[in-house]
Amino acid sequence: MPVTHLSPIDYLLMAAYFATVLGIGWELRRRMRTSNDFLLSGRSLSPWITGLAFISANLGAQEVIGMGASGAKYGIATSHFYWIGAIPAMVFVGLFMMPFYYGSRARSVPEYLRLRFDEKTRTLNAVTFAVMTVFSSGISMYAMGRLLNLLLGWSFNVSVLASAAIVLAYVLLGGLTSAIYNEVLQFFLIVFGFAPLVALGLHAVGGWHGLTERLAVVASARGLPSGAYTHSWAYMGDAARNPIGVEWFGLVMGLGFVLSFGYWCTDFLVVQRAMAADSMTAARRTPLIAAVPKMLFPFLVILPGMIALVLGGAHAGGPVGQGLIPAKLAASGAPLVDGAGRLVLDYDLATPMMLVRLFPPGMLGLGLTALMASFMSGMAGNTTAFNTVWTYDIYQSHIRPGASDAHYLWMGRVSTVGGIALAIAAAYVASTFNNIMDLLQLVFAFVNAPLFATFALGMFWRRTTGHGAFVGLLSGTAAAAVHHGLTLPAGMPVGLKGGYLGAIHFYPSELAQTFWTAIIAWVTCFLVTIIVSFATKPRAPEELHGLVYSLTPKPSEGELAWYARPWVLAVVVLALTAALNLVFF
Amino acid sequence: MANATQLDIRVPIGGLFTVLGLLVGGYGLATRGDTALYERSLSMNINLVWGAVMIVFGVAMLALGWWKSRRAE
Repeated sequence: MPVTHLSPIDYLLMAAYFATVLGIGWELRRRMRTSNDFLLSGRSLSPWITGLAFISANLGAQEVIGMGASGAKYGIATSHFYWIGAIPAMVFVGLFMMPFYYGSRARSVPEYLRLRFDEKTRTLNAVTFAVMTVFSSGISMYAMGRLLNLLLGWSFNVSVLASAAIVLAYVLLGGLTSAIYNEVLQFFLIVFGFAPLVALGLHAVGGWHGLTERLAVVASARGLPSGAYTHSWAYMGDAARNPIGVEWFGLVMGLGFVLSFGYWCTDFLVVQRAMAADSMTAARRTPLIAAVPKMLFPFLVILPGMIALVLGGAHAGGPVGQGLIPAKLAASGAPLVDGAGRLVLDYDLATPMMLVRLFPPGMLGLGLTALMASFMSGMAGNTTAFNTVWTYDIYQSHIRPGASDAHYLWMGRVSTVGGIALAIAAAYVASTFNNIMDLLQLVFAFVNAPLFATFALGMFWRRTTGHGAFVGLLSGTAAAAVHHGLTLPAGMPVGLKGGYLGAIHFYPSELAQTFWTAIIAWVTCFLVTIIVSFATKPRAPEELHGLVYSLTPKPSEGELAWYARPWVLAVVVLALTAALNLVFF
Repeated sequence: MANATQLDIRVPIGGLFTVLGLLVGGYGLATRGDTALYERSLSMNINLVWGAVMIVFGVAMLALGWWKSRRAE
């Protein structure tokens, strides 16, 4: 039984969007002459475009739906994923790391690892990254297919295949440029689709003040301090007193440092956007420009989830702390109940239920189009990162080196099709967690968490060796798996959630376990890399020019107006982020 | 190389939002006074309001793209 039905106007809006997306690909098709044009945009785009693409590529369905879900679960503390878990790392990658990525002329992040270290380190990174992009795209597809099925009664298979076909068409036609242009378009669509939702939602609950009052009731009912859903830091001193179930140290180190820097500073999906910029300064400004809308996204994607928790529900005679969010259903169709006899809510439906509840036909079509746009931009981002890493870092370096560029351009297209086909397969695997974001954070913890230790050492300590980096990465990932296997979030069964090696420690929440897994992985990789580096022979300094901080000339900012300089932008971004943290403290 | 891959992104963005604005705003105009339809959106004709906002944004983007291409000639 679908939740709602669409009117002809809604379908018209969707059609207009799909036509534009395909039109952009069509318009760009003749400009794809070399593998560089197709996979790297020929390094030709302005920083405003790459900046918006930088965040849009990350703004998949798992962000819009997952952050809405987290908003309903954790309240305003979800903003930590942005103000601690993204902005500082985005500033760091722009100021300190982009000179190496862009300046070394590497075509991908794994290729930088080959230039700096060796082939095996690159291959390890390329393969794990390729698997992760397929997995992320699959999760995104699964989320969308399930959602469209639930909301509109569309067939899961048709939703997945049709959206995959559209992404495939525009990426095949226009390559990375097409993906980036569409990401910019999708960015505006998401803003225009969700801003009125938040405005209406806030109006419906009596503004921020009304929301605070209503959420205080929910917090008390769940045994938390009354301000727990509307203060981001005040209750972080004790894991039992905030809805995330993490104390501040685990949050700042695990999310703010390890996971965030591991993602924003080393993930080719986002770094690729900056590498498509037309100059070094443009590449450095890309993440800094992206940071401005990024810091405002919590209002767009988290607030709908928070409002969903208190709209209707208790105020309309329903149970406290459920709001618009329906219960998760068991296979039998009966609502799921947890060990304490409470309903298990389907938090991923928080934001979609808001759309259905507050938008009339017309706006509903726009909101759903925005949701699909977020899904597609995330998927295209993964696809374009996958085809580049596959073509340059796996195919060209291991399977068929020395072929003509026309051949690699052809392979770029073939791997676009292959990547999407694999993602469709992954979509049918992803369905265990009730919050997609938690699952993604877990995957990042295993693969990404040790990565930043490798990059930080590689870029800032010239003694780091390839053997050190390689062994460090493997040990970091192994440490993550061992830690996850030895611990368990309280109340969870042994299995996918951990404890498979025998639970010797219990965490107050899944996120706490994820953050500490990341911390352990990072520290292990950092220490092992240093120890192995000292035991192995370093490369000659003259081979490391442009790859290591102390051996690279500082990028000049002199030709820019003062307000456009990366340092100035960075200070402004950090000051605004600090202010937001204080306002919602 | 820059010119070979440039398509002014403002043009498709402007075009899409102008069309979306006309569709949503036009629908809002046609359904003016339909209180049952707008009960969900707290009795506000959100289609009309937001359609107008999108038209303004779309036309502004188109104007910027047009202005830039004129300047480049």
